Amino acid sequence: MWLDTIFFYVFALLAVAGAVLTVTRRNAVHSAIWLIVSLLGVAGLYLLQHAEFLFAVQIVLYVGGIMVLFLFVIMLVNLDQAARERQFNKQWWVALACILVVSAEAAYFLYSGTDSLKLAAPALASEPGNVEQLADVLFSRYLLPFEVASVLLLVAVVGSVVMAKKRI
Amino acid sequence: MHPVTTVHYLVVGLALLLIGTIGVLTRRNIVVILMSIELILNAVNVNLIAFSRHLQDLSGQIFAIFVITVAVAEAAVGLGILIALFRNKETVLADEVDLLKW
Repeated sequence: MWLDTIFFYVFALLAVAGAVLTVTRRNAVHSAIWLIVSLLGVAGLYLLQHAEFLFAVQIVLYVGGIMVLFLFVIMLVNLDQAARERQFNKQWWVALACILVVSAEAAYFLYSGTDSLKLAAPALASEPGNVEQLADVLFSRYLLPFEVASVLLLVAVVGSVVMAKKRI
Repeated sequence: MHPVTTVHYLVVGLALLLIGTIGVLTRRNIVVILMSIELILNAVNVNLIAFSRHLQDLSGQIFAIFVITVAVAEAAVGLGILIALFRNKETVLADEVDLLKW
């Protein structure tokens, strides 16, 4: 129990601090590195919630796939000029108003719902294992959304190839 | 030290969501804006998994998988658009792309 709590705070700190540094760094490569730290923190939170499959997916897909794609594009596109310019636009007061409204709303709902969320939920039944349970649900109840997702990925592949072509 | 409850995870998700929103609304560099969108989608996933465990229902984890799929598609297409934009306009700053503004 003690160890769980300590690990939660460590991973939450990694996730939130990485996110703050992602948004504030001037150099886009540094932003990407800090985003990797943040994604690893979130992966740790998944592991604490006994979502082992999503932990693996998060590391393989996000840290291994998407972030490599981001770094490739950062190297492909010349960002030196952009790094010397002003990094933030003039809409910061709109952003401030937005996050104040959203955080007030969320704080109200979290505060009023605290009682029903108080119980430290036990882990999902670990028999027959997280991956097997997920596969059971994914390939029976959610089979149609699964197939639609594959069509979405095909569209994304074709779309990104067309977008990156020299002459459209 | 209190044991970790669902509320703790929801607060972490809320923090990630707010930081990502600040990034989307205030940064000028399109690459960083795309990374902030990834942060927002991760906040959604943290919430989905916290409630998946709270309600003892695996549907939350299935939806997290779909959210990750959509995030991958969005990142691929967004970076493709960014490359096409850079080839045509020689800029990666969002507020310099204002042809549709009046």
